[in-house]
Amino acid sequence: MAPELGEFALVLALALAALQAIAGLAGPWRGGEKLMALARPAAWTQLLAVAVAFGCLTYSFVTTDLTVRYVAENANAAMPLLYKFTGVWGAHAGSLLLWILILAFWGGAVALFSRRLPRVFALRVIGVMGLVSLGFIAFSLFLSDPFIRALPPPPSGADLNPILQDPLLALHPPMLYMGYVGFSVAFAFAIAAMIGGRMDAAWARWTRPWTLAAWLFLTLGITAGSFWSYYELGWGGWWFWDPVENASFMPWLVGTALIHSLVVTEKRGAFKGWTALLAIFAFSLSLLGTFLVRSGVLVSVHAFAIDPRRGIYVLALLAVAIGGGLALYAWRARRLAATGGGFGLLSRETMIVVNNVLLVVACAAVLLGTLYPLFYGVLTGGRLSVGPPYFNKVFIPLMVAMFVFIGLAPSVRWRRGNWRELGRRLLWPFVIALVLAIIVGAVTWNGGSMVLVAGVALALWIMVSALAELARRIIQAPAGRRLRLSRAAWGMTFAHFGAGVAVLGIVVSSLLSSYLNTSLTPGQSAEVGGYRFVFADARRITGPNYRGEQGVFHVFEDGQRVAVLRPESRVYLQGMPTSESSISWKPTHDIYVAMGQAVGEHAWSFRLQVRPFVRFIWFGGILMAFGGVLALADPRYRRRKTGGGGP
Amino acid sequence: MTPRRQRTLVVIGILVGAGIGTAVALTAFSGNLLYYYTPTQALSKNLGPKDVFRLGGLVEKGTVERKAGSLTIRFIVTDNRNSIPVVFTGILPNLFRAGQGVIVNGHMSNRGVFVANQVLAKHDSDYMPLKLYNKENGTRYTEPGQMNRGAGYGGP
Repeated sequence: MAPELGEFALVLALALAALQAIAGLAGPWRGGEKLMALARPAAWTQLLAVAVAFGCLTYSFVTTDLTVRYVAENANAAMPLLYKFTGVWGAHAGSLLLWILILAFWGGAVALFSRRLPRVFALRVIGVMGLVSLGFIAFSLFLSDPFIRALPPPPSGADLNPILQDPLLALHPPMLYMGYVGFSVAFAFAIAAMIGGRMDAAWARWTRPWTLAAWLFLTLGITAGSFWSYYELGWGGWWFWDPVENASFMPWLVGTALIHSLVVTEKRGAFKGWTALLAIFAFSLSLLGTFLVRSGVLVSVHAFAIDPRRGIYVLALLAVAIGGGLALYAWRARRLAATGGGFGLLSRETMIVVNNVLLVVACAAVLLGTLYPLFYGVLTGGRLSVGPPYFNKVFIPLMVAMFVFIGLAPSVRWRRGNWRELGRRLLWPFVIALVLAIIVGAVTWNGGSMVLVAGVALALWIMVSALAELARRIIQAPAGRRLRLSRAAWGMTFAHFGAGVAVLGIVVSSLLSSYLNTSLTPGQSAEVGGYRFVFADARRITGPNYRGEQGVFHVFEDGQRVAVLRPESRVYLQGMPTSESSISWKPTHDIYVAMGQAVGEHAWSFRLQVRPFVRFIWFGGILMAFGGVLALADPRYRRRKTGGGGP
Repeated sequence: MTPRRQRTLVVIGILVGAGIGTAVALTAFSGNLLYYYTPTQALSKNLGPKDVFRLGGLVEKGTVERKAGSLTIRFIVTDNRNSIPVVFTGILPNLFRAGQGVIVNGHMSNRGVFVANQVLAKHDSDYMPLKLYNKENGTRYTEPGQMNRGAGYGGP
């Protein structure tokens, strides 16, 4: 019963999305008052219908209804309950439904919070959201229906891919999709403004909170994915330049550029056309990511099963979004001419131009590396891959430049900065960062290097200058208002400081980690990074849907036992082997053991690692997202009146 | 300096920056492409120890040898027409198995043995093993934790 109800709800949602698109876009054009009044209710009922459909699929999973094909392929009665919930989005069809649910959620939120905007503009935004929903619901219904029955049912279900059976996976895809899909709101705002032919500081102020929200979710999603990869998939690696990782990273880079260029558009009325383009591209890159993941054109651990029709469909959606957006832009660009006035060579505007250029070039480089194997295959029939060294070589120099500017930019005035003032403001942060980095270099004299000192100096430069700028603003604020500094300023400080923390983690963990691949039999031991790893014992284990072996390691430092680690090598019901790492979290470093396959009687292969500061990477990501939350809480986004000019 | 000239300077700055970025990207690009060959293609190309490439094929049954307790393993990769012996020291991906597809990264030694620094096991995306539906399935590759990259982010 539930699958049929879900199917019906999804068909209903399709019709409601169509209504939402027509009411929102055609309503203002034909001037039908009754039609226009339908746009908001259509968005809400569409959300309700999609939620019912999603609930039905979840119900089929929780009850392990094997007559539903998608459930039979991805669930098993023996699976723990949590994974029956998260299994809903463990494969293509269900994760697409999650995507649609989140899209409908954003659509409903826009319908709710857009009442203070000019009516026609708000309706157009809702209409564009409806159009996007329409495209995706049709995709689900016609090309990847999760509710199809398969009779007779198989005797027992397959299993969710074991590497996806992890608590963090409850969090990772929803967060990522909140980000991906959230950029559809910025996209809809840009399209609606271009249809109306008016884009001003007020427009930027309306768009900023939505963009910030999408950005902070995407930041959290990428952080969670990287962390998951570290302990579950990566054997200690946390970023692989895998095509699917890149697919989530590219919208993040452009989205980051967008939240900065929106600041200029809001404060100075400048960069309007550019901001609109970034909004179009941020969402287009989200769609491109969807295409890469779901078409199966790229070889990746994350990729879903292959169906060429799906690829073509998403490609068509992508073409409509990019083509339509750019055509509209070409047609309307002249109306968006800058009114913001000029700015000097040294000015905040210039700094944000630098930020945008670096981020967009970085994104283009990642795009080239990600898509080149595709083009090569199509053009020559041969096969190749672009290795991580390419990405590192291009990305790291660009980011180094970026990090230098992160420290500078907030201290430069709008319009016309002053070199001397800038020097005065940043001299101390610079000196402090340098001295601390040299101290770090001296402490790690054995394993360290000039690269380490430079990297640490860069990370500290970002952190210290962010704090110094905040301190300066607090001191210079009128007495009594000192702690009521705008939340946007606090948000920026947290986000930039978080970037510094992440850079520190990346630099130190990449340069100072030690690891050893080795084979051990019980009783043997190995020395890594100042610790003695003793392989004490191996025992057989049986879980709800797997069997395997567990190694027991005692880790000693100077003869003292500091940790007991229990890595596992599992074989799941359907025969897929996995490795479960075991990690001891020390304040400054992780002790990490992963267990590989047996290499002889009572002998297994292991990877033993000591990774200093590695958790700073994800902690930095969380700080950045928290900065986004603070900026989002700025009261000026809730102000009633929406005047024409900037503040 | 007039605002106009300043803006021209900004534009020139952007162009120079973007140009340098592109140049760096393209240089790094040409040096880091890994071509994929089957044993037949690889043998026809007369590749030397300096040519790093990916070799793909099946792990021939009965050829996997390991000295007990050692991380060094030898096996033969075949495309059913030609075969190349491979040697690898390290942790194999969980899905590595005789008779299965495999991709190895590395180079040919002077003695005609492929020295691998990375092994990726191929697994069918019909890993949904019930094979309820006999669709055409694509293939995916994994290695232990996708690790072992050269200069690296992420890699130790």
